[in-house]
Amino acid sequence: MTKPAAMPWLLCVENLMMRFGGLTAVDHLSFNAERGQITAIIGPNGAGKTTVFNCITGFYRPTSGTILLTHPNGAEYRLDQLRGDHINRRAGVARTFQNVRLFAGMTVLENLLVAQHNRLMAASGFGIRALFGSGRYRRAEQEAIDRAKFWLDRIGLLARADDPAGALPYGAQRQLEIARAMCTEPILLCLDEPAAGLNPRETEDLGALLLQIRAEGCSLLLIEHDMKMVMQISDHIIVLDHGRKISDGPPAMVRADPKVISAYLGEGEDSEEQTELSLEQKA
Amino acid sequence: MSAAFRDAFLSALVSLGLFGPIVGLQTVPAPGGLALRMRPVLVGVLVALVFFGRLLFLAFWQMRRAGGAKTFQPLLSAIEKAVPLRQTGRFVAPLLLLLALIWPFVVGRYYLDLGILVLTYVMLGWGLNVVVGLAGLLDLGYVAFYAVGAYSYALLAQFTGLGFWACLPISGLLAALWGITLGFPVLRLRGDYLAIVTLAFGEIIRIVLLNWVSLTGGPNGISGIPRPTLFGLSFSGDGPGTFAGFFHLEPSPIHRIVFLYYVILGLALLTNLVAIRLRRMPLGRAWEALREDEIASRSLGINITITKLTAFAVGACFGGFAGAFFATRQGFISPESFTFMESATVLAIVVLGGLGSQLGVALAAIVMIGGSELFREFADYRMLVFGLALVVMMAVRPRGLVATRRPSISLGAARAISAEMVAQGRG
Repeated sequence: MTKPAAMPWLLCVENLMMRFGGLTAVDHLSFNAERGQITAIIGPNGAGKTTVFNCITGFYRPTSGTILLTHPNGAEYRLDQLRGDHINRRAGVARTFQNVRLFAGMTVLENLLVAQHNRLMAASGFGIRALFGSGRYRRAEQEAIDRAKFWLDRIGLLARADDPAGALPYGAQRQLEIARAMCTEPILLCLDEPAAGLNPRETEDLGALLLQIRAEGCSLLLIEHDMKMVMQISDHIIVLDHGRKISDGPPAMVRADPKVISAYLGEGEDSEEQTELSLEQKA
Repeated sequence: MSAAFRDAFLSALVSLGLFGPIVGLQTVPAPGGLALRMRPVLVGVLVALVFFGRLLFLAFWQMRRAGGAKTFQPLLSAIEKAVPLRQTGRFVAPLLLLLALIWPFVVGRYYLDLGILVLTYVMLGWGLNVVVGLAGLLDLGYVAFYAVGAYSYALLAQFTGLGFWACLPISGLLAALWGITLGFPVLRLRGDYLAIVTLAFGEIIRIVLLNWVSLTGGPNGISGIPRPTLFGLSFSGDGPGTFAGFFHLEPSPIHRIVFLYYVILGLALLTNLVAIRLRRMPLGRAWEALREDEIASRSLGINITITKLTAFAVGACFGGFAGAFFATRQGFISPESFTFMESATVLAIVVLGGLGSQLGVALAAIVMIGGSELFREFADYRMLVFGLALVVMMAVRPRGLVATRRPSISLGAARAISAEMVAQGRG
């Protein structure tokens, strides 16, 4: 893949290093993600995928290295230095979690409104205008509700808008978490194993939703174990093993890479643990 | 069956160990000092009560588990379904409000004073509910803000000569300021650690008040705190410029009490109104989101520190208002009024009422404060009954009187969310 002359990369990770005490979880990792694409990070368990995610979304501060995000308007954000909440608010990076993190005791609609907190807060004049019920705030709230309805309609949960999020079936919770992240209107959406625990039908729906999100201009960064989905929807795949990048390229190239095959199937001492992910799944 | 007997026997043994010395031995004044009187019969009766009580309880338990559960439990949930919270709230809350409004005209002086006391705690409960119930931050030092409010008013009145109504907002603001000051260092702590630090903060404020004698008068407190006025009409004496004089009434001390009652009712309702409105606003939703999941909130771009600080500040502000009212009602304050016991009582009200529920907190304040006042004659057993009631309450309704959460916004008809779904917050 060659870099277009005019447009810089959306996300540029350089020499990223993350150590926990003596353990190096991510070791001099460099990769780029292009605007408007689905970039997948794959690798065996413990390869450091989620650690990379946590560095990008500000939950970990990397030991060294830089993570640079460039907006379409040219604004640049150093994600490795930005404060936790600014990653979403300023840089426009949203994420979902490996184990779903919804506000279980709040309704589906409330979950989506919390995601629009900053916009609503600004419209409410930090509470003052909303306290007196000003028209401007009411309009902003109606817009927020409309946006929430749009996403609920898209993931087919409009009828359950007033149910607590914790009462939804697992697959719906996963989709709601994506909708919630999208309600922050991000330019980069990071998904940590969105298909984990979904049945084939739900996985298919999820793939369609992700392609739709990409078509609307939001770039995606994806960690996934479901190779079928990864190969189908990704534009670009990065393979990690033991914190290092072992392969990087379009799906067809990665699939054929002998290093990837040996990382998944294992060689020598750790072969037995790794065989669970069979070749068949990869194809 | 024999297991039940063994269980009951063990309970009786434990109660014998407890009641033996506590009830069985009584010191009575005797010539030349005190004499010890034995009361074996009373101990016997108590132990027997425990034995048979335990047996009955076990039998009841057995029944419930065997088949009774099928009739008993659905009955409870059926009642809750048939009378949903929204509807109960719709009837109970206006009824309570109406009762509160006419209270001064239907009761005597004693109950009027009791009403003022209960309403003070209702207000404190509603204030703390913002911090504990909505934002999920366990604050064991809420009395600190109550003290700051009370002392702010007392000192301002003493040094500047300003009246109650001018000092009230200042007291609230100062308390909020202290809330923020406390908040900054402690809000990175979570759960138990936050609780311990807030507890310490409450004690620090009290001990500073106790020892800063030149400013606060130390243990002697501050007396002669000015009473509130109604648009400049004072409630003492007769003649022009007084309430009685202006309205051509017979001067009576009850006028001031009634006025104080309505002042605290107004303040409490203001607290309620603000809390309810805040809950439906982005800020309130962010508080609840923090309680549910702090990490997810941060990933959505919510500034955790600011959001927690606002919860602390709003809660502290209402504590400060209540404190200023307390000072003006008593006319005298001393650090003794701001012990940990007060924090514990207010927290107990919030927990008993149901975290986050306005109506529940009001009911719990009535039961706890009103109840313990009414049983004042049985002073010795009051705490015993009180403790027992708390234990029973927590066993039967672990999430408080009103345990369901009402959504802050809904597309269709709002349905209450059961407590099992709602997180309690980890600080």
